[in-house]
Amino acid sequence: MEVDDFILIEQSSMVNSKRGIKVQNPYLPYPVRIDEIITETEDKNLKTFKLVFINPDDEEKFAYKAGQFAELSVAGKGEIPIGIASSPTEKGFLMFTVNKVGLVTSYLHAMKAGDIMGIRGPMGNWYPWDIMEGKNVVIIGGGFAFTTLRSSIVYMLDPANRPKFNELHVIYGARTPGMLLYKDELAEWEKRDDMNMHITVDATDDPDWKYNIGFVPTITDQEAPPGDADTYAIVCGPPIMIKFTQPVLDKLNYSNDHIIMSLEMRMKCGIGICGRCNIGKEFVCKDGPVFTLDQLNMMPKEY
Amino acid sequence: MKFIKIDKESWAKGLERLDDSFRLFGPVKQDKFHNFKELDKGELPDLSLLNTRLSPKSVVYPQSEVMFEYTLDENKEDHHILKEIDKDYSPRAVIGIRPCDAKAFLVVKPNFDAPEYKDPYWIKSYEATTFVGYACDTPCSTCFCTPAGCGPFHEEGLDLLLVDTNDHYLIKVITEKGENFLSAAGWGAEVDADAASDQIETMRHTAEAKITSRVSTDELKDKNITDLFEASFWEEAAFACINCGTCTYACPTCWCFDIQDETYGYYGIRMRNWDSCMYPLFTLHGSGHNPRDTKIQRVRQRFMHKLKYYVDKYENGIQCVGCGRCIRLCPVNIDIRRVCELMNSYGG
Amino acid sequence: MSAYIDKIKEISNRLLKESKVDMVIGFRKGTVPMMNEPCFAKTPQDVDNFVWDSNCGINLANYLTNREEKIGIIAKGCDSRNIVTHIIENKIKRDRLVIIGVPCKAMIDRHKIETMFETEIQDVIEADDKIIVKGDGFEKTLNKSDVLQENCAICIHRNPVKHDEVVGDPVEEQKDVDRYEDVRKIEAMPPEEKWRYFDDLISACIRCYACRNACPLCYCHTCFVDESRPQWVGKSQDPIDTRTFHFLRAYHCSGRCTDCGACERACPMGIKVRRFTKKLEKDCLDLFGWEAGMTLEERPPLDTYRSDDPDEFIK
Repeated sequence: MEVDDFILIEQSSMVNSKRGIKVQNPYLPYPVRIDEIITETEDKNLKTFKLVFINPDDEEKFAYKAGQFAELSVAGKGEIPIGIASSPTEKGFLMFTVNKVGLVTSYLHAMKAGDIMGIRGPMGNWYPWDIMEGKNVVIIGGGFAFTTLRSSIVYMLDPANRPKFNELHVIYGARTPGMLLYKDELAEWEKRDDMNMHITVDATDDPDWKYNIGFVPTITDQEAPPGDADTYAIVCGPPIMIKFTQPVLDKLNYSNDHIIMSLEMRMKCGIGICGRCNIGKEFVCKDGPVFTLDQLNMMPKEY
Repeated sequence: MKFIKIDKESWAKGLERLDDSFRLFGPVKQDKFHNFKELDKGELPDLSLLNTRLSPKSVVYPQSEVMFEYTLDENKEDHHILKEIDKDYSPRAVIGIRPCDAKAFLVVKPNFDAPEYKDPYWIKSYEATTFVGYACDTPCSTCFCTPAGCGPFHEEGLDLLLVDTNDHYLIKVITEKGENFLSAAGWGAEVDADAASDQIETMRHTAEAKITSRVSTDELKDKNITDLFEASFWEEAAFACINCGTCTYACPTCWCFDIQDETYGYYGIRMRNWDSCMYPLFTLHGSGHNPRDTKIQRVRQRFMHKLKYYVDKYENGIQCVGCGRCIRLCPVNIDIRRVCELMNSYGG
Repeated sequence: MSAYIDKIKEISNRLLKESKVDMVIGFRKGTVPMMNEPCFAKTPQDVDNFVWDSNCGINLANYLTNREEKIGIIAKGCDSRNIVTHIIENKIKRDRLVIIGVPCKAMIDRHKIETMFETEIQDVIEADDKIIVKGDGFEKTLNKSDVLQENCAICIHRNPVKHDEVVGDPVEEQKDVDRYEDVRKIEAMPPEEKWRYFDDLISACIRCYACRNACPLCYCHTCFVDESRPQWVGKSQDPIDTRTFHFLRAYHCSGRCTDCGACERACPMGIKVRRFTKKLEKDCLDLFGWEAGMTLEERPPLDTYRSDDPDEFIK
């Protein structure tokens, strides 16, 4: 089965699973309480919010897969689409890492543990877990786009799941050590022998820095396994990183249907109705956000 | 097939009777032009119109619609939790809707009523509505309903078709919903179906012959999306556009919306408002990046959506019923017929 | 008029041929009666499409904002005043422009003419000072002077104030026109009546922003109605927000508005948007003796301070 087919099939299964649950109003958020807020980066622009459902039944309704996103809802301010950073294997909470950029995110950054907000979702498709079973997975991430990649790594490292995948490579870079997300987990992953972890920073003057220095495309060139039918790359990062990583993957012989990307767009409804997040005929919120490079190449370059 | 004949006096009486069981919407002349509005008790729809200035989409899908309410008062137990509000989904009827505008609801239906997600507001309003069409025997020179897959006597999307034969109305019963509406009105003078059908057919042919706009859409589905997207004509086609929202707001098949929170002290609402792909804000990312930052990109989006993306996504024709409002109202004379021809004939 | 178009084509072709400009901005024939479409010409074939008649009311200065090319632009009196304003406000460079002046013989009001007939107008023909309106089974001849755009009827600057080329002899400017009769009527109303008047005036508004976007002055990168931090204006059909939009937009145009009528012409709902802007135009004239866009030599009154500026209105 080709990756192209995969996404279609996965989506239809999502449809079926959703039909089992009676979704009354897809615009109505589940109420959640902020359980914990963690400042992730030295510039304090990225904070991780741990959210807990107020009605315990809602957690089951919110069954998600690594790679999906949700609309975070703040009464009086609005909603923002954010990738889910927790893994489906982590129970009892959801986790989102939010960059402070606009009206809602700035307000969110000023909120505190115990505050009440809302969440709608899960939304969109996910990384093609079924098809990647038994394969090598190479995760390439940069900056704050590492959120759904964290979800993916935690998901794959779960003892029940790890045997389902072959080699696991992770290349993750940020501008400086202080700008890396999930630092404690990164350090733990470095120590594991069932994955190849390559942390890198663009530059640092920290004499104790023990990992790589260099841009993500360079480290990918040095450390990623060569592409073949059994190896998939998941790439998430700022446009500039994607632009320079793509030729490296080409050079390493990754075919376009083995390169998987997740896109960002301005969204409102998150369910393919309000009309703004389309690229060609695809809605990023519903038909994406995950596309193979093959699929993207067939779509207008408007993202 | 059932046909009813009523004289214009019983038309008024029937509408009065319907007032008890239906909210009635109809065209009313306000100041200089007609628009649909909810009729006051005893108020008759003014059927002396060519068509309304704005489309009747707002009967089902208002320009501004409250979705939820909440309190921000932390002393209240349910503070910051969004609540659904009661809405009036009692039976309503839109009387005097032109067949093009009725078909438009079917064009937008796959968006609001998709297999995966259902828009409860649109669906409930739509299902509560009986569509009493008014056959069009005076199409305008800007009308292109027939080439757009519709027509002045088109029945898709209608529950009843009202035909004005000058001295009386003939009503063709199309659905059960229409039948119920008739009984509530107390109109029951059934006439010979063959004769009525023949009369309507003749009128239909006469009306269709008056539509002179020729627009070809046959090649659109076979065009490659990225070829059309990169076509060279967009600069010229988009030049005059001022990126106002007139075309999108007047259009019966434009469905895009924005979601906004508004607060009044501790009380807050979440609402949706019509939005327009003509506005830069429509796609502006929080980071400042905008995938459709230029006028050309936005104009292209509107026409590609209507005439290509929709065609490919739903296999339901074009996202346009040929009502011609955008042509008549565009402040700078961007003409969808012209753009459609450019697209349809692109690349030979 | 036909002499004008021959001259427009001749000048445009010459400018393009001599590479004095990369494009000429003008009008091509519209697809509906009483409408022409702004367009550009880069080749002699494009120039052939140019038209000039009494349906060229759209203000072409709106198409110059921030353009980098060398541009020839066809300019009526009002367009030329907005070009001057654009140059003063750094939205276009004078040396990038060749202004092709058209002494204006006034534009006709398509909204007004449309409402004079119960059925559809299918064709409108101009002959000298007559406008012949045709539809299904009717034909009616109107005097052009009876159906002018309201701003054209009271215009006192029909000749372009700045031009590099010109397509005809200057027209005689109107004298003794009462430009502010309607404003004075509103000024005389008691506050409650004024409020009701404005509410009625904009009750049909659908917030499509055609008035704003047709206006050459409204080039702000982010209009105040689109700001989200802070959000000055709500996005719904709340009359408070609609009012705020119209009032604030008018104030933002004060001392800059040339009364070109683009806003009113563009409005799909027939709202008399100029009722707002004209009051401020009148105030600028009364208080500062200022008419916008008449000279490149002087800054507009609202972005300069002079010790003799009137201050009686400060209480």
